[in-house]
Amino acid sequence: MKNAPLDHRLPTELRDLRESVAQYSRDVIAPAIGELYINHEFPYDLVRGMADMGLFGLPFPEEFGGMGGDYFALCIALEEVARVDSSLAITLEAAVSLGAMPIYRFGTPEQKNTWLPKLTSGHMIGAFGLTEPGAGSDAGGMRTTARLDNGEWVINGAKAFITNSGTDITGLVTVAAITGTKSNGRPEISTIIVPAGTPGLAIEPAYSKVGWNSSDTHGLVFTDCRVPASNLLGERGRGYAQFLQILDEGRIAIAALATGLAQGCVDESIRYAHEREAFGHPIGHYQAVSFLIADMDVRAHTSRLAYYDAGARMLAGEPFKREAAIAKLHSSDAAMENSRWATQVFGGYGYMNEYPVARFYRDAKVLEIGEGTNEVQRMLIARELGLPQ
Amino acid sequence: MKIAVCVKQVPDTWAEKKLRDDDSTLDREAADGVMNELDEYAVEEALRLAEANGGEVVVVTMGPERAAETVRKALSMGADAGVHLVDDSLHGSDALATSYALAEVLAARNFDLVIFGSESTDARMSVVPAMVAERLGLPQVTFAQKVDVDGSKVAIQRQTEYGYDDVEAELPAVVSVVEKINEPRYPSFKGIMAAKKKPVETLTVADAGLDAAKLGATAAWTKVASFAARPPKAAGTVVTDEGDGGAKIATYLTEQKFV
Repeated sequence: MKNAPLDHRLPTELRDLRESVAQYSRDVIAPAIGELYINHEFPYDLVRGMADMGLFGLPFPEEFGGMGGDYFALCIALEEVARVDSSLAITLEAAVSLGAMPIYRFGTPEQKNTWLPKLTSGHMIGAFGLTEPGAGSDAGGMRTTARLDNGEWVINGAKAFITNSGTDITGLVTVAAITGTKSNGRPEISTIIVPAGTPGLAIEPAYSKVGWNSSDTHGLVFTDCRVPASNLLGERGRGYAQFLQILDEGRIAIAALATGLAQGCVDESIRYAHEREAFGHPIGHYQAVSFLIADMDVRAHTSRLAYYDAGARMLAGEPFKREAAIAKLHSSDAAMENSRWATQVFGGYGYMNEYPVARFYRDAKVLEIGEGTNEVQRMLIARELGLPQ
Repeated sequence: MKIAVCVKQVPDTWAEKKLRDDDSTLDREAADGVMNELDEYAVEEALRLAEANGGEVVVVTMGPERAAETVRKALSMGADAGVHLVDDSLHGSDALATSYALAEVLAARNFDLVIFGSESTDARMSVVPAMVAERLGLPQVTFAQKVDVDGSKVAIQRQTEYGYDDVEAELPAVVSVVEKINEPRYPSFKGIMAAKKKPVETLTVADAGLDAAKLGATAAWTKVASFAARPPKAAGTVVTDEGDGGAKIATYLTEQKFV
């Protein structure tokens, strides 16, 4: 694929995966997503198609119904989906790296056997409840509590902006909650699995978002919500460490998604610059347009380099916190810039919701916010550089 | 049941196609190669028949080295094994030569059913399936929009302008399929990984026992004398309707010998 640099350096299985996902995105997602997006509908059929291709099981071993790939394979798939549509990409990203991955990493054998085969098949998706109305990047502001009572956790509190939490195929929400006070006086945070439909868990109506219209996002309210003590995920008091690890990985996935959006802007702009004529030439003939597209290509390319590097480090077991933060910061800015200029290349049409670039424009902004704001990424990078804290 | 699916690598449907200046054949380096779209339907149909009736699916291709990608794609969709006929002397083969080479390779392997896509997106001749059937002396049940295998018989619905014909034949037989027949699956990562371990037999013209004199550009029954790029679109003729628009258009069409 011409617009996929470094492709020749990837192993054949990743190239074939990229090709397979690209074909599905182009042939199946692209023709259908526009209308779903305008109507704010969750794309059940398109999600099922991705599930049939095994995308929800990509980084998990076959014993849990997975595809036996790795996290980088997931990133390659995310890039190709996001090249066409971000709602589907974030649905996949959140289901795998926030829904299923914590259970795979921290779950007991029983929890894994109960949940993973369903989650890896993609016929069920999971959500991760971390952010609260008053606590985002500062997880120390968390208010949701869980206390043990008669062998059950009793959860009270509220979560905000939880992806995949209210679909017909949502099977569980993993919730971070304060379960006590540590000896140093800080709150003890643990994560607990709450199956969908548990009494006391209320799913609020879907948000009205600027973009990602076809992804499912809700606030959650827990009122004396009771689940068995055995639903504790991993060790009690390890919740904070757990989600730091999950978020570090997740940044590479978001970077891949942002790279896809940035590349999608390049693809659409090149096509339109050939088609559309003004003053006697295709608009791509004019440097005012061709230089815009050249700059967009630079951003998409460097974004890809950044997430490939972070992904390679992660797979090699090397530290990757700084590289993941760089990739997320750079690629989300690239997505934002590229969508801005792609819309400009399209002129008036770019402002019409039925054009993909308008969808890209709406979908780009959240990438500078989710999975740690870009200010948090700078904080992480500065810390990794050893600057005074 | 042993099923062969014949597939062809073609230039990406989305890419601009070019001819080579030196020998007027398709420039295969100028665009990415993909599996011919209708061949995906053929692979899918073979896999469904094998899943329903039991059996083995062998994908067969003739083409340059990189056509191995197309074999791999069929294997990652689920085919069991591949045969790749690759040789410089095949370059420039016409439909007759292609059917000769494929028929020889197929005849040596005793298949119960041979499935083709009904045409390729590059040459668009639709004749190779029929030619192969003729060379093998097998019934040709072509342009199928539905295929059923029952014991020793294959029954198809042959797509026609007015609907379809029911056609039956004894196995072994050669089938070609149209787009309406199914929805091809997308390879999963597990399928992609499994494909790496599946056997692919790579044959030269000599390995396949073919007569090189019957192959390639020199043996082709037609020659491309010259070619030129499609001329840019002309401005067109505007007919202004002043109550006589219909008559003017009729006159124009007659002048152009359209009617």
